[in-house]
Amino acid sequence: MEDKGFGLYIHIPFCKKKCNYCDFISYINMEYFIPQYIETLKKEMDFYKDYCSKRKIRTIYIGGGTPTILQPEQLEHIIESALKTFRVYNELEISIEANPDSITKEKLHKLKNAGVNRLSIGLQAYQTHLLKNMGRIHSPGQFERAFLAAREEGFDNINVDLIFGLPGQTGEQWEETLKKVTALRPEHVSAYSLKIEEGTLLYDQYKSGIIKLPEEEKERGMYYFLIDFLTSRGYNHYEISNFAFPGKECRHNILYWKNKEYIGIGAASHSHFCKKRYHNEEDLEKYIEVFSLKNRPPIKDKESISKGLEISETIIMNLRLTAGLDKIEFFNRFGVDIKDLYRKEIELLENSRLIEETQTHIKLTKLGLDFANEVFVNFIP
Amino acid sequence: MSRQERIRNFSIIAHIDHGKSTLADRLLEFTGMLSERKMVDQVLDKMELERERGITIKAQAVRLTYKANDGNEYYLNLIDTPGHVDFTYEVSRSLAACEGAILVIDAAQGIEAQTLSNVYLALEHDLEIVPVINKIDLPSAMPERVKKEIEDVIGIDASEAILVSAKEKVGIQEVLESIVNKIPEPKGSPDKPLRALIFDSHYDPYKGVIAYVRIVDGSIKKDMNIRMMSNNKVFEVNEVGIFNPEMLEIQELKAGEVGYLAAGIKDVKNIRIGDTITEAENSATEPLPGYKKINPMVFCGIYPADGGDYESVKEALEKLQLNDASLIFEPETSAALGFGFRCGFLGLLHMEIIQERLEREFNLNLVTTAPSVIYEIEKNSGEIVRIDNPTNFPDISEIKAIKEPFVLATIMLPNEFVGAVMELCQEKRGIFKSMNYINENRVIISYELPLNEIIYDFFDLLKSRTKGYASFDYEFLEYKKSDLVKLDILINNETVDALSFIVHKDRAYYLGRRIAEKLKESIPRHMFEVPIQAAVGGKIIARETIKALRKNVLAKCYGGDVTRKRKLLEKQKEGKKRMRQVGNVEIPQEAFMSVLKID
Repeated sequence: MEDKGFGLYIHIPFCKKKCNYCDFISYINMEYFIPQYIETLKKEMDFYKDYCSKRKIRTIYIGGGTPTILQPEQLEHIIESALKTFRVYNELEISIEANPDSITKEKLHKLKNAGVNRLSIGLQAYQTHLLKNMGRIHSPGQFERAFLAAREEGFDNINVDLIFGLPGQTGEQWEETLKKVTALRPEHVSAYSLKIEEGTLLYDQYKSGIIKLPEEEKERGMYYFLIDFLTSRGYNHYEISNFAFPGKECRHNILYWKNKEYIGIGAASHSHFCKKRYHNEEDLEKYIEVFSLKNRPPIKDKESISKGLEISETIIMNLRLTAGLDKIEFFNRFGVDIKDLYRKEIELLENSRLIEETQTHIKLTKLGLDFANEVFVNFIP
Repeated sequence: MSRQERIRNFSIIAHIDHGKSTLADRLLEFTGMLSERKMVDQVLDKMELERERGITIKAQAVRLTYKANDGNEYYLNLIDTPGHVDFTYEVSRSLAACEGAILVIDAAQGIEAQTLSNVYLALEHDLEIVPVINKIDLPSAMPERVKKEIEDVIGIDASEAILVSAKEKVGIQEVLESIVNKIPEPKGSPDKPLRALIFDSHYDPYKGVIAYVRIVDGSIKKDMNIRMMSNNKVFEVNEVGIFNPEMLEIQELKAGEVGYLAAGIKDVKNIRIGDTITEAENSATEPLPGYKKINPMVFCGIYPADGGDYESVKEALEKLQLNDASLIFEPETSAALGFGFRCGFLGLLHMEIIQERLEREFNLNLVTTAPSVIYEIEKNSGEIVRIDNPTNFPDISEIKAIKEPFVLATIMLPNEFVGAVMELCQEKRGIFKSMNYINENRVIISYELPLNEIIYDFFDLLKSRTKGYASFDYEFLEYKKSDLVKLDILINNETVDALSFIVHKDRAYYLGRRIAEKLKESIPRHMFEVPIQAAVGGKIIARETIKALRKNVLAKCYGGDVTRKRKLLEKQKEGKKRMRQVGNVEIPQEAFMSVLKID
């Protein structure tokens, strides 16, 4: 039977400065709203309390934005409210995203005490000029100090976020970043290939020709290097862009990739439960205002997920995991053999050497990792 | 005065933009057919496409009731005609139903190429021509000069040409008086057996085919049994009426009148424009002359973008053919495009209009292939074949000679552009024929041109090189021997049948290179390298390479926003759907279209 545990995502949409590549919902110079926002988060958790009374939370993920822009007490308060409102499993994973410039000893201490056991630090690159070009406001030194402070505070599950394929980035610089990061032995590394999103400063710069991306060939070279480098240092490459020491995989994200249920709290957050997906109002003030008027989360979009759609999404998301899609798990969930549904597609993709099949799984090949979308598109209804 | 003596049937003919539709609107308005407020500009141009392009494609008819200065009430049947060179056939159909034509000429522009061609058509039909000089409100209007042009170039008396500003409503009544006084009443006898000319039709989902008719002899009314003289099919009339301008049922249509009839004709094939209708019992012995059948000169393949739409395309073409007899089509198959139709058109504009109507009125998504003319090929065996699709070209070793159609093109233009236009005609393999001055500023030049060269972009080039001041018309001349070759396009080493062209030998290299470049821009990268080659007779003359795609992967996670990821993939899938598979290369529809306009 389906695991009835679920995840909780809490969105903190505030930043000191917007990074040039970022298109997530986040506001700058809106700190004035933080206290009201936290109150609304609490109300929203209360709203879901009854619905979730028979179920337990497995993971909490506080993302942003920049969650660590909040005061230590505010962070503490949010986590305590969540733990008071929901029933939780014993081995609860609580992750929080942090920026090197807003991490302080006091915050780390309070977070640790509140139960946070996984820290995700956004570094992106180790070179000052690359950080500057991305609009990041921290230095490599700040990152190192933050990382060591976290270790000192007892965090034994730390992720470092990286980006490769940056404008002007060389293979040597990428290698340097990876060397310096792995020297610190973080338990987890997320390394994303840069994607230029419409509506970002980077997009405008790219369209007007001010910046140029590394050639695809070079960019793929960085990706292959990343995989070799990290796996040879004991990291398990478990998702297209994610690496972890065994047992340190991010459980919250795995919940997404296994297409499980989660509740998103806060402006612009996403939820998936009871065969539906919800997307909260993105506008900060509207989110706060409408909530206080109606006393329920302002929904921007809502979508019913039919069984067919759920099957598609499950396949696509699972295939992001390098272990691939577990055929038995699939059968148990949907009561049908995936090969009865997609025999032709699977054969075609195997012949193109984009996926491979083992006794238990269907997974992307090395080539398939480069062309994952070409694989996924075959499972879109 | 008998009723028949008080009927006038007329058309308005003009070069495009000289104000034909505006004048028609004014005539309707003046005779009280429409109150000014209710009037949508250009009532007669019913199709959305016509209003947008400012041209008339389909003939329309309307009956005006006018109380003339002589105190009598007249019935004036206006049969609107298309103005464009491609639609000569439709003009001819409308003119056959009339006794006179109002010739509208722009007071500032003067005579243009289509003014001439339309006048010649009207004269062929023996029509009385009433010259009208329109737009006299324009500061640049030169009516006296235009009168002189009419007399010098057309050779008809222009001393009584009416000066009109349809826009400012000047001279409208004079036009109506001239129609009454100058255009003869319809001949024909109400007592003879019925003879009615079908000059147009449309399909009504409830009433079936609505035939637009001009009664020449006899009369027609409800419950009468009628017979189509071409195929002897008999129908019972269930409604006759006039255009008011909406359809209005009346008791009877008599000799000389223009109107419509419905006879429960559900199968569009049973009715033919130009046919004569007679009474089933008391039949006429001789049909009316009908029309000179004009054969299509331009051909192209029309394919549904989605193969499943084949039947819908077929039905749509059948419906369009109902009131556009010059459109022909037959099924064909392409290795690259699947099942579709080879369609024949009167010209390039006609082709564009049909494509647009199919897409808009029938909501179809189409892929069209490059237009072609009919080539006459003499094989070594002595056999002569006519080819309208480059794909069917015989092997080069079998060909003894190739002939292509030439047209005589007439271009009118201000003399400052003569150099530019002659250069253009030269580039298009034109043979200079003559040059005459209309007046000190304007010139008529004529060239013999291969039709093949003008069906692509000649109009556009002519317009841009003369700042829009040139007008152009052409008529078929003859087939002539030419040094032509078949240009093949290979994508990933496979010949794509839908991308073959017949071109002059000297242009093959240039075109091959440009087509390869265009295709490189419009075909997306694949997981492997895709060579694009242009070849003539098996010899590669140009090559481009589409570099291999190195990645297509969404690295980012977007948190729990699975919908966003899925939407990206759905978009990709939607794009793939619109692709055509050639070998293992996916070619978007746009790629097939992109090669149609090569500069």
